[in-house]
Amino acid sequence: MVTITNLHKQFGNLKVLNGLNLQITEAGIIAILGPNGSGKTTLIKSILGMVLPQQGEIKVIDSKVHKRYGYRQKIDYLPQIANFPSNLKVKELIEMVKDLRGQSTRDKELIQLFKLEPYLDKKLGKLSGGSRQKVNLVLCFMFDSPLIILDEPTSGLDPVSLIRLRELIQQEKVKGKTILITSHIMSFVEEISDRIIFLLEGKIYFKGTVNDLKTVTGEPNFEHAIANILTSNHA
Amino acid sequence: MLKILKYSFYDLSRSRWSYVYFFFYLLLGVVLLFLNNDLSNAVITLMNVIIILVPLISTIFGVMYFYNSREFTELLLALPVSRNSIFLGQYFGLAISLSTSLILGLGLPFIAYGVLQSGAIWDFASLLISGVFLSLIFTALALNIALSNENKIKGFGLAILLWLFMAIVYDGLFLVALVYFQDYPLDKFSLITIMLNPIDLSRILILLKLDISALLGYTGAVFKDFFGTALGTIISFSVLICWVILPVWRIKYISEKKDF
Ligand SMILES: Nc1ncnc2c1ncn2[C@@H]1O[C@H](COP(=O)(O)OP(=O)(O)O)[C@@H](O)[C@H]1O
Ligand SMILES: [Mg+2]
Repeated sequence: MVTITNLHKQFGNLKVLNGLNLQITEAGIIAILGPNGSGKTTLIKSILGMVLPQQGEIKVIDSKVHKRYGYRQKIDYLPQIANFPSNLKVKELIEMVKDLRGQSTRDKELIQLFKLEPYLDKKLGKLSGGSRQKVNLVLCFMFDSPLIILDEPTSGLDPVSLIRLRELIQQEKVKGKTILITSHIMSFVEEISDRIIFLLEGKIYFKGTVNDLKTVTGEPNFEHAIANILTSNHA
Repeated sequence: MLKILKYSFYDLSRSRWSYVYFFFYLLLGVVLLFLNNDLSNAVITLMNVIIILVPLISTIFGVMYFYNSREFTELLLALPVSRNSIFLGQYFGLAISLSTSLILGLGLPFIAYGVLQSGAIWDFASLLISGVFLSLIFTALALNIALSNENKIKGFGLAILLWLFMAIVYDGLFLVALVYFQDYPLDKFSLITIMLNPIDLSRILILLKLDISALLGYTGAVFKDFFGTALGTIISFSVLICWVILPVWRIKYISEKKDF
């Protein structure tokens, strides 16, 4: 699904990705973890072609990423920060994205799921952070692509929406999709992910299941296991 | 690209500023024509306004628009749309929107006045053509500035400096050079200097169309000999077209190398 070889990315003097290799062949939910600023978003944006690496190659479902754009038809992406043109109405934004991607969609169902009907005629600039995140989720999930990439999907969501989101992700998994997620909420990650990838110092430090991680670190608690990686690495 | 252009244009057509710009030209046209009642006088006054104002508005409004549409750009970048479509679509959306305000704003009062039946139609047309070229050129320069500078304040500063330089400082330096080197033959130098600045070039093209080059004295005669010929006209327009193509090409170039 995604193959990354020897990926290097630096911003100015700051090396963020440093010879990263990653192969994701399987379907299911894969969490990308790592401390703040470890390059999770940079990795995701490289896959989307928004960030251009200095070195390395990325392939998404048989298509190279470099200088291509058609492959993005097969990716549903939820950006970390839900920034939208503030003078558009929610309804207009949804129509626009549908028009630009041109696929059959299930926007109505999602709008209902996240209770967004009262906001459809509101301008995006006037929405609260949480409502904007829900719009973000609708835009992402209304298409039916084999690869879904969610960058901090939980941020700003109320508990009810969080449950809805979890169900939504599970439904997509059942359809046999590959879902990449970053999140800071460890209980969410532990519950939902089939595998985790741990990013540290620009490389993949660990790849495996949550249980593998617990075994390797000797910590029965997931959060402690993560903390263990960080402290033992920087000790 | 056309879809992006459509959305940018649509977005702008709802913006208050597009209407302010449109009504400004409308008002200017009406006042000049119906209070002044002299068509060629009106064209000259309009020329002076357009030559200064179109570059100013295109650069300032341009950087403002491109910084403000950052969210739109990021949204598009994650969709199956090429970078060329995204940036050229936005560029043409803005340039066409500004040109439309200009053409409609001035066109309506002039048509109402009866310019279509008068001999001044070509003077008026040359005015609008120059205005459209200046919009295309300075919008492209604005997008260059916005793409190369993450810092908005710096971007705005550069935009204003660019306009100041092209519209005012350049002519000042030119005059100083003319005075300083007055003992030398300066025909070629003057021609080239004027060719290199799209604002000056537009001004000369309009003035020659108005056939008041006599006002410019000896230099005017030299210009008429050059710009008045078919070859001169072709070269002038080629230079204007280059002034559009080069910044647009650079938009393509930088946007393909930029991280978002
Ligand atoms: N466009 C950019 N320009 C400069 N630095 C950047 C840019 N994007 C990210 N960075 C830096 O790269 C590092 C990694 O960022 P990011 O990938 O967002 O981390 P994460 O998502 O893991 O928190 C951070 O230090 C961030 O400041
Ligand atoms: Mg991030």
